[in-house]
Amino acid sequence: MKKETTNIILKTEDLSIGYASKKTETVVASNINIELKKGELIGLVGANGIGKSTLLRTLTNVQKPLSGAVFINKKSIQDYNPLDLAKVLSLVLTEKIASKNLSVFELIALGRQPYTNWVGNLSELDTSIINKAILQTNIKDLQHKKCFELSDGQLQKVMIARALAQDTDLIILDEPTSHLDMYHKAYILKLLQKLSKDTGKTILFSSHEIDLAIQLCDTMIVMNAGTVVSNQPCKLIQQGVFESLFPKDLINFDKDTGSFRVKK
Amino acid sequence: MSKTYKYSFLALTLILVLCFFMNISLGSVSIPFKAVFNSLLNNGVAQESWQHIILNYRLPKAITAIIVGSGLGISGLLMQTLFRNPLAGPFVLGISSGASLGVALVILGSGVFGGVFASFFVTKWSIVIAASLGSFLVLLSVLIVSTRVRDTMAILIIGLMFASITAAIVSVLSYFGSAQQLQQYVFWGFGSLGNLSWSDLVIFLIIYLIGLLASVFSIKALNTLLLGENYAKSLGLNIKRSRLIIIIATSLLAGTITAFTGPIAFIGLAIPHLTRQIFNSSNHKILLPAVFLLGGIVMLICDSISQLPNSDYTLPINAITALIGAPVVIWLLVRKRGMVF
Repeated sequence: MKKETTNIILKTEDLSIGYASKKTETVVASNINIELKKGELIGLVGANGIGKSTLLRTLTNVQKPLSGAVFINKKSIQDYNPLDLAKVLSLVLTEKIASKNLSVFELIALGRQPYTNWVGNLSELDTSIINKAILQTNIKDLQHKKCFELSDGQLQKVMIARALAQDTDLIILDEPTSHLDMYHKAYILKLLQKLSKDTGKTILFSSHEIDLAIQLCDTMIVMNAGTVVSNQPCKLIQQGVFESLFPKDLINFDKDTGSFRVKK
Repeated sequence: MSKTYKYSFLALTLILVLCFFMNISLGSVSIPFKAVFNSLLNNGVAQESWQHIILNYRLPKAITAIIVGSGLGISGLLMQTLFRNPLAGPFVLGISSGASLGVALVILGSGVFGGVFASFFVTKWSIVIAASLGSFLVLLSVLIVSTRVRDTMAILIIGLMFASITAAIVSVLSYFGSAQQLQQYVFWGFGSLGNLSWSDLVIFLIIYLIGLLASVFSIKALNTLLLGENYAKSLGLNIKRSRLIIIIATSLLAGTITAFTGPIAFIGLAIPHLTRQIFNSSNHKILLPAVFLLGGIVMLICDSISQLPNSDYTLPINAITALIGAPVVIWLLVRKRGMVF
């Protein structure tokens, strides 16, 4: 039992997320109690506009919770100073990087920023961690290319390598598979699964690829009109969570294959 | 990787030194090379007036050229990275327009406010103070706005609006100004590197060095900002503080340079792009010293051209930098990769 709790990287306690202005409070979801364990791959799914981004923003301390708290390694994220948080949590965002003139190696090297000196010089340790991240994501042949020469799929691998180089317990990715073709969607998610197993890092991603997430994730977080459930994918299927995810007029969830089917 | 950069830096440093001596040895009075060196080393020169020209006119002017070229180049580099916009520069932020407004108020406004005011205030130092004050006020407004508006794109547009407002006020003032005042304002607008005495230069240099130091301390933040603000934040960067330091560095550099030498166009925009093309890098650890060297070189060459060697004419430096700078920007845009940063 004790061992179980030490393995928890991220934990939320009665978290309520949403937006508060002076007069009104818009609650997106409440009573969120999730635990992410070491070395797990976790998929966050839900319909468009259900609040996945709001949840991720709250988990990454971009946005304050309405109530409740988020703990990383048993410390509330509000108590972290920005630099210490950068050493336990790295992000892969949907936004494009500002400068595509960076080389792949330079971009990944920026992941070492929280550890480098005032002018950003790389130590031998930094370089070896960067090279390891390059090997783990299979981009050795890309490392001297410029970012504007890369395809979307290649760039996504580079961004994942950058997050790995940041050397954090937890990596959070916001829709890492959008804009990718079917093969690369599967490739990226499979890569994330392998990385979580090989490196022991906890990896949380949001995605619309529910089929793939069911096949690859250790745990899934499903957001559904104000409620958030998290469990192993097979248990969620048994509970019938996915059926209620979307309006029933167009697509049906098939429990046997774990995928959605268009109504004929 | 670092070895090839080492050779490039060595070459640029050599070119800078060469340009420096070329700039000193050229001018309206023809002075032999040997005499130039002798006057610098204080070894006895054939004509005393030569040494006077070299030491009290050409030497401070050459040093000013290096300060202006490197300072404007670096402030352009900082702005382009901070605003993630290849068109950003000291002019776009409104810093130079602020300086212009200050000067216009002093020179042209004296006509509106009366004669005593005019004779008392239109001196060189009043222009310098007015320009510094003007750029500082515009900067302050941009800073206040930037704490409320989080979007850097909006700040850029606000800077452009400030520039339009100041241009309009200058137009109104020039409508009421006398022909003589108008001429004086236009001459300031031409830009000049040669108006600084040694005592001016010391003050100029001190403010410049503070701006330079702030830029050097921003290198890591600038590199982080290449990823975009959200990534930079996720890497633990204190965005607000970094942004403040970068804006202060820019305004110190661009504001004082405009104050002392008049508005000098295109250096701030073109030099960072030229440097990126030559060094093919976005790393500010390399770009910052490279922009320093290249800015100094280009400014020394522009100044040598504007002197029209061995003639009595001096062309406005602002026109020369635009004549060289604008084609460079067009050339960069026409090239396939365009203005990447």
